This record gives sequence, structure tokens and C-alpha cells, in this order.
Amino acid sequence: MRDISLTVEQGEVISLIGPSGSGKSTLLRAIVGLTRPTSGEVILDGVPINYSSRRSLREARNRMAIVFQQYNLFQNMTVLRNVTVTPIKIRKRDRREVEQEAAHLLDKVGLADKHHAHPDELSGGQQQRVAIARALALKPEILLLDEVTSALDPELVNDVLDTIRVLASDGMTMLIVSHEMAFVREVSTRVVMMDKGSMVEEGEPSEIFNAPKTSRAREFVGKILRHR
Amino acid sequence: MQSLLNQIPSFFTYYNVMLLLWGIGSTVLLTAAGCGAGFVFGALIVLVRITKTIWLLPIKIVVITYVEFFRRIPFLVILYLVLFAAHAVDPTLSLFGVAVVSVCLLATAYLSEIIRAAIESVQRPQIEAADSMNFGFWRTIYEVVLPQAWKVLLPPATAFVIMFIKDTSLASQIGVIELMFTGKILANRSFSGLLVYSVILICYFVLSYPLSRLAAWMERRLAAPTGTESQRILRTSAGFAGYQSYG
Amino acid sequence: MNYTLQFGVVFRQLPYLLGGALITLELAFIIFWGGALIGLLGAVGKTFGGPKTRRLVNVYVAFFTNTPAFVQVYFLFNGLPDAGILLSPFSAAVIGLTVNSGAYLTEIQRAGFASVRRTELDAAEALGMNLGQSVRYVILPHIMRTIYPPLANFFIWILLGTSMAALIGVEELTGRAVNISASTLRSIEVFIVVAGIYIVLTLIATAVLYVVGRIFFRVRMRVL
Repeated sequence: MRDISLTVEQGEVISLIGPSGSGKSTLLRAIVGLTRPTSGEVILDGVPINYSSRRSLREARNRMAIVFQQYNLFQNMTVLRNVTVTPIKIRKRDRREVEQEAAHLLDKVGLADKHHAHPDELSGGQQQRVAIARALALKPEILLLDEVTSALDPELVNDVLDTIRVLASDGMTMLIVSHEMAFVREVSTRVVMMDKGSMVEEGEPSEIFNAPKTSRAREFVGKILRHR
Repeated sequence: MQSLLNQIPSFFTYYNVMLLLWGIGSTVLLTAAGCGAGFVFGALIVLVRITKTIWLLPIKIVVITYVEFFRRIPFLVILYLVLFAAHAVDPTLSLFGVAVVSVCLLATAYLSEIIRAAIESVQRPQIEAADSMNFGFWRTIYEVVLPQAWKVLLPPATAFVIMFIKDTSLASQIGVIELMFTGKILANRSFSGLLVYSVILICYFVLSYPLSRLAAWMERRLAAPTGTESQRILRTSAGFAGYQSYG
Repeated sequence: MNYTLQFGVVFRQLPYLLGGALITLELAFIIFWGGALIGLLGAVGKTFGGPKTRRLVNVYVAFFTNTPAFVQVYFLFNGLPDAGILLSPFSAAVIGLTVNSGAYLTEIQRAGFASVRRTELDAAEALGMNLGQSVRYVILPHIMRTIYPPLANFFIWILLGTSMAALIGVEELTGRAVNISASTLRSIEVFIVVAGIYIVLTLIATAVLYVVGRIFFRVRMRVL
């Protein structure tokens, strides 16, 4: 990846779009520390994250949450436990309090009756919503969503997108990687297009989709719009 | 044949039956102790292999070499090696101890591979999710890896132990008093070899068969989503240079 | 410890030991192919035979996989003489280990048969193949690819298992190690060297089996 320069303000919803392999997911994973950045800085609230320092990384991770394309739920735990395990065991919070919050969150994503189900009993869309609830239980300052609908059957996509819409309207700061262009256009405050590891163009959704400035962006937007 | 049948009453005396039972007990103890220790050391080896710290790299190399070597040496050769090495140091060391150490050395190598496969069977994405939520190494192992890995671990591990019960019969040759050795004792008492070793075979069968059935039952209970029985047979025997159990 | 390691004595005996390794290989081959033949019969019997045949195969497999190979061989060598059957050490080892391997190879091949899916047979039929053709082009390749890894691993297992023949007097690798150990008293050294030879032998065999698997059966196996 090269020449990535991005600033995210609180409450913004930034969407990363671009062809496969352009580095969008890699950027998200690098931010959360799953791949070690070799150069450059990630600054959270004015404080740079030191990815080689366990303490610095831990503190940074406490303030963000990531939802993966493959949901990555813990198969050996119930839905409720998936959501509560981190706050209880890692953040050492009070169990009853966390479980109440978790119940509320699962309600919010539409899974009120599935507390004691196991991930393999749920559909992809339901599992993804559990993953979102799990991320929200961490009370993150920024939510990273990595192609969260790409692995879902079409009819399940909308439920997840609805959930994200609610989060956006609640003012959650989000960094979204997605192929759902209509959704991106609707929900983002800014759109960033990436290709081959660098940022190609950045701007408001209307700018990027209606009047892209760079030829690469124009090419990409042209292709996806034609697809509709 | 006639003399054989004549021998039967004099064979199954109280004393002889006790001797056989002692042999069975000794075999079980030898296997359990050796494989138990082997499991502990095998787990330690796996822990060394999966950590990412650079400080452990030389130990990692030693450990991997150990596993790859000891998986390719016959048990009998290991027995002889340990025997002669131990007796060079101290000629009074117990033969049973030598046998336990030999079993342990081999079991460590094989079990570490079995454990490693079980741990790696837990999908990477779950580990990444735990990592991104600040789980830390031990917490991830305890909350995510172990609860899922043990189901993958148990069938091949028990198959290995059941197989080793039979391999301990080789220890009789260096004088360890286990089941096969008691057979040799009885054969020495001028009982017919045909009779004695048939009985020994039956004793081993009685020891091994129920355990095999138990293991097969357990595997059926545990391994629901991983395919049919035939696929499991093919998968287990394809992985670990031989040690498997059927029937 | 008053023992100093002297490998020179053992290295001088290397040709003798390597001769033993050759016998080990020879034994492994005979046992493997003999066992595979028995296993084929058993697998066929269990898959296509009537209830009595199936029971017979099951009893055979159950008995020989739940009793030690060593005791089986020892029985042939030291038990049968009482019934008037005298076997040479080599014969007893070969017969015993072959019959023993046959039981395991029955299960492997039976599992291979069972792994052929109904859908494959249907597909072959839909393509217009008769029985002979579907066997040759669909079933057989599938079975061979499926059972190759377990068979390869089992061969390695047999290779190591031949060492027990030494205990009834066969002069294969381990047997010769015992001889040298007795005559030179350099026991630790000779068994270290022999352990090394087994490792090399096994690595070479694994490599060869891997290559053969890739080329002839298009099978990708875990090697190490």
C-alpha cells in the first residue's frame, strides 16, 4: 500500500470502494493491528498507535471494533456469550450489566429470540448481525466494517444494511469497506476510492459517483453503474 | 493337540492367572504412564511451536527436529537406545523405567503432531476476531481454541494410545515384565507355546477390543459434521505416518 | 559415566548395516503387497459379499487389529512348532506381518470403496459409460487418489514395523544392529547410527511416495 492519507472525524461514515485487491480490507486490518504496518502512522485522537508495543496496541484496540466479512463468530459459544465474552472477560465488567446491555443490543439488531442459539444454527445474515452486536458491545469510538455483506445471500443483505443505517443515523463513526454501491452512496459522508494499494480519489458521494475527477475513478464508477 | 488340551487345567492355575493379570496391569500402567507423560510434553512442544516470539526460535528448531526424528524411528530401536544409554550411566536403573521413558519419547513426538493438528483445526478467522478484541494468547487458547480443539484431538489421540498398548509387547524383549513377558515366563515353564501365546493373544484382544469400540463410539458422538466413517479412516491414516486403529 | 562414544567401530560396519537396510526394504515390500492383496480381497468381501462373508472379514479385521503384531509373529515362530509347523524366522515374520497388515489394509481399501459417491456413478451413467468404462475412468481413479495417502503412510509404518523381526532372528537392519551391539559392545553408537539409517530410509521412502503420488495419481499429500 502506498500514499494512504485519510482523516476521519467523529460521526463520519467513510466508505472505501474499489476493485478487489486494491487494499481496502488490508487497510482496515492494518488499523486494527492484524497486519503490521511497515511504514506510516495511524493516529487516534492525536495519539499515534505504536503497533510494536503491546500496551499501545491494546489501548488502541479498546477504542475500536471490527466486523469481518466471514463474521468470525466463536463457534463454541452461544450468541449471547459471543457478545458478552469480551466485555466480561477482557474488560472485566460486571456480568449482569453486560448481559443486560447485550440483550438490548441483540434486540436492536433484530435477534431478540436467539440468545441461546449457536452460530451454526443461524443464517449468514443473522450471524453477521451477531457480529455487529458483538462489536457494539465493546462501545467502540470507531467501527470498522470489512465487506460485511459480501458473503451473504442477496435476500439477507438488506437486514444487515438496515442495521448499519441505524448505526449511522445514531452518529457512530464508521469506516466501511463495501461493494454495495447504492448503500455506500446513501449512507456515507465521504467516499474514498482505492486501487492497487493507493487512494485514487476522495470526496462526497455525489462527487465520486456523478462526477469523478480521475480517469481511474471514472473507469471504475462507469463499470459499476453499467452493472446496475 | 491332545497334549495341548491336557495342559489346559494345569495352565489355568490361580498363580498363573494372577501372573497374567499382573502382566495386563503392568502393560496398562506402562502405556498410561508413557502416553500420559508424552501428552504433557507433546502439549508443551505445541505451545513452543505456536508462539511467535523470536526468542524461542532455537528451541523451536530443536523441538521440530526432535518430532521429525522420533516419528521415524521404530519403537524397538528407541527401546534399545534408551536401555543402553541408561545403563551406561547407571546399570541399576529399572527396566520398567527404561520402557516408560521409551514410550514417552515416542508418544511425545506423535502426540505433539496430533495436538498441533487439533489446535490448527480451529479456524484462523476466529483467532483473528479474538486478537482484534484484545484477547491475548492464553485467553484465546482457553476460551476459543481448547473448547473446539479437544473434539478434534480425542479420536486420534485415543487411537494412538490404544495402538501403543499393543506395541508395549516389544518391551518384553528387554526384560520388562508386561503381558508378553509373562507369556514368555509361562512358555519357559514348559507349557506349550501354542497354548501360551494363544492365551496371550486373547488377553491383548480383551484389553484392546473394548477400548477400540469405546473410541469408535466416542468418535461417532463427537465428529458429527466431519463426514462419514470411511472418510475419517482415510483422513486419520493419511496424516500421521501410520498410527491408526480400526475395528 | 565411564563411557566414551566411539563411532569408528560402527562406521566400519556400515556396509553390513546397509545390507540390513536392504533386507528391511525387501521385507516391507513383500509385506505391503501381500497385505494389500489380502486387503483387497477383504474389502471386496466386505463391500460386495453376503452376510457370512462380511462377518468373516469383520472377525479377521477385529482380531488382527486388536492384537499386537509382535505377538502374532512370535506365535507363528514359537507357538506353531508345537503343532508341528516349523517356520524360519524370515517366513514367520513375513507371514505374520502380512496377515497383520492385511487387516489394516482391508479397512483402508474398504473405506476407499465406500468413498465413491452415488453422484459419481450417476454422472458416469449420464455420460453414457457402461459398467466397465465407469469403473476404469471414474471409480478406479477416484479410489486410487483417495487411498493413496493412507496407503503411503501405511507403507512407512510397515517399514518401521519390520524391526520386530529382529526379535525372532531375522537379520534386517535392527537385527544386524543387535549383532554388532553384542559383538563390539558399542551398543549406544550402533543404535544411534541405526536410528539415523531408519530416519534416512523413511525420508527417502516418503519423498519417493510423494513424487509418485504427484505424478501418477495427482495427489498432493502432507509430507512432513
